[in-house]
Amino acid sequence: MNVTDIINPSNLVYDKTSVMNDTPMHYCPGCSHGVVHKLIAEIIEEMDIQDKTIGIAPVGCAVFAYKYLDIDWQQAAHGRAPALATAIKRLLPDRYVFTYQGDGDLAAIGTAETIHACNRGENIAIIFINNGIYGMTGGQMAPTTLEGMKSSTSPHGREIPLNGYPLNITNLLAQMDGTCYVTRQAVHTVASVRKCKKAIQKAFENSMQNKGTSVVEIVSTCNSGWKMTPDESNKWMVENMFPEYPMGDLKNI
Amino acid sequence: MAKFKGAVVVNTERCKGCDLCVVACPSSVLALSTEANSKGFNFSHMEEPENCIGCSACAYVCPDACITVYKVKVE
Amino acid sequence: MSNSQKQHKEEVRLMKGNEAIAHAAIRCGCDGYFGYPITPQSEILETLVELEPWKTTGMVVLQAESETASINMVYGAAGCGKKAMTSSSSPGVSLMQEGISYMVGAELPGVIVNVMRGGPGLGTIQPSQADYFQTVKGGGHGDYKMITLAPASVQEMADFTVLAFDLAFKYRNPTMVLADGIIGQMMEKVVLPPFQPRWTEEEIRKNTPWATLGKQKNSKPNVITSLELRSEEMEKINLRLQSRYREMEKNEVRYEEIMCEDAEYIIVAFGTTARVSQKAVELARAEGIKAGLLRPITLFPYPSEILMSYTSRIKGILTVEMSAGQMVEDVKLSVCGKVPVEFYGRMGGIVPSPNEVLDALKEKLIK
Repeated sequence: MNVTDIINPSNLVYDKTSVMNDTPMHYCPGCSHGVVHKLIAEIIEEMDIQDKTIGIAPVGCAVFAYKYLDIDWQQAAHGRAPALATAIKRLLPDRYVFTYQGDGDLAAIGTAETIHACNRGENIAIIFINNGIYGMTGGQMAPTTLEGMKSSTSPHGREIPLNGYPLNITNLLAQMDGTCYVTRQAVHTVASVRKCKKAIQKAFENSMQNKGTSVVEIVSTCNSGWKMTPDESNKWMVENMFPEYPMGDLKNI
Repeated sequence: MAKFKGAVVVNTERCKGCDLCVVACPSSVLALSTEANSKGFNFSHMEEPENCIGCSACAYVCPDACITVYKVKVE
Repeated sequence: MSNSQKQHKEEVRLMKGNEAIAHAAIRCGCDGYFGYPITPQSEILETLVELEPWKTTGMVVLQAESETASINMVYGAAGCGKKAMTSSSSPGVSLMQEGISYMVGAELPGVIVNVMRGGPGLGTIQPSQADYFQTVKGGGHGDYKMITLAPASVQEMADFTVLAFDLAFKYRNPTMVLADGIIGQMMEKVVLPPFQPRWTEEEIRKNTPWATLGKQKNSKPNVITSLELRSEEMEKINLRLQSRYREMEKNEVRYEEIMCEDAEYIIVAFGTTARVSQKAVELARAEGIKAGLLRPITLFPYPSEILMSYTSRIKGILTVEMSAGQMVEDVKLSVCGKVPVEFYGRMGGIVPSPNEVLDALKEKLIK
């Protein structure tokens, strides 16, 4: 059987979901954002909730998320996505409302909004991309940048006396009574992609069950910011990011 | 045990040549082309199509959703 | 009278200005209030939670973690085509400037109430009008304007809350109700507006087709954003906003004239100082001085034309404010140097007395 015989609609096993449109994404080659976007789009398609989902895009690389997923979106001021999501979900309780935020957005400028949305137990899903760097602005130090990790604002590596410790905000959110599901995932292998998809789906489902806030941290790469190839970035992430931000569920009720 | 044969179609204009699919492929099917797309990226393609088992690993890890996978049971 | 009959009626009550805002919000079909406590306006949030409108009209009331969160909750709600509002006092409104600028940029309607107190900094909890510049000159970043309504009575606190929503949705732009601590705290008789039902989802889809309620089949997604990286496109957006402000200037100028017909001297004042100045005009008239009061109700758009129309027949203008002199700049711009424009103001939370205003009028203009 040759290739042209195999390439037949009846043999189709994997295709881009139509929820993700054909606009080419602006992300750098190999960026984790694309995989996570794809997973969210697939979940929206599989759950058949395209008409019931409202996404909140952050400031950062994912500011243009609204260009790629064909759902209604609001783009928030830097860090304020959980405040927008709070109001939207309270006014439209039968909608799926999720935020998509990076580490600078969620764990630095938006710390207050994040913690208080979680503390109120808003019935939203928070998708948190942690790549330990500010990608969009050119690779500056983030709250989650590892000790010794170089960035354009920690060119000699993050120094604890100067910059403080990497902020493990997900651990903090797991302690809050308002959260029902807090998990840390990655998308660097087939297995991790599958697990991450299940986690995001669970977060979406929770938001309709009045259980509280779900947080899915996705430890990610920023190969441009890290100045490595995408494959090297994945390896570096496993070796260096995972010990600081270990994989798995922190809370699941 | 059932044996599968597969094939992938890469949306070469959407592909950015990040190489992650090449690394993820368990059967060494994929490689980056020497040709470049209109944006200058050396896109991914089936270098060894005979080896493809249609496992979709490449498509799962592809950040730009540019891989479509087909699979047939051969025995 | 049955409950439903009562709902459609206006109701006469005695209450604080802040309380009137809360009642008017519920009655005009507001969908959501998001706020953070700060003196002298906390009664707005307190009244709302006391009234529990979520049990009657379904209005959401939420105490946010900060003014920053409050204004962004208003953004989120407004993005869904909902009637949303927040309130605060000066330091809190400073924190909201980011969100206001984003709302303008994303073309979102919403109502912000500022019950002004004295600054700068933490300043004082006493009344002030020193946020005029911040409000009408654009306190946040970028080129923008907001219709600004300045109430001078408890009645107007109620009326302007309703009007502010109408104007916000008419122009897809936030509207500010700019009051001060006196108007917020004082009690007066007020006729509360009749109840209007909140918009249904069908009405929202019809009235605000841009709202993010969930993408409808066979239509494009709705996106609320203020981002546009292409300069030519961003300039076009700015030009569209600017033409909207010109429309506001054409259609929405509001003011009140008191004894201006034969006046030789005009006092210009808004809010609390307008009430003080009205008394000063009466005192002046008793002394044979032909004084009148122009009270701008909209601070943007500013009633420049009516001021200019006085210049051929008046001898001078005194602007009275509880600030170091902010609105006086717009008065000067309005009359283009044709008549002398003087200023009298108090700061730090002090309300000038009618006699002080009369003395200032005599000293600065009549001599």
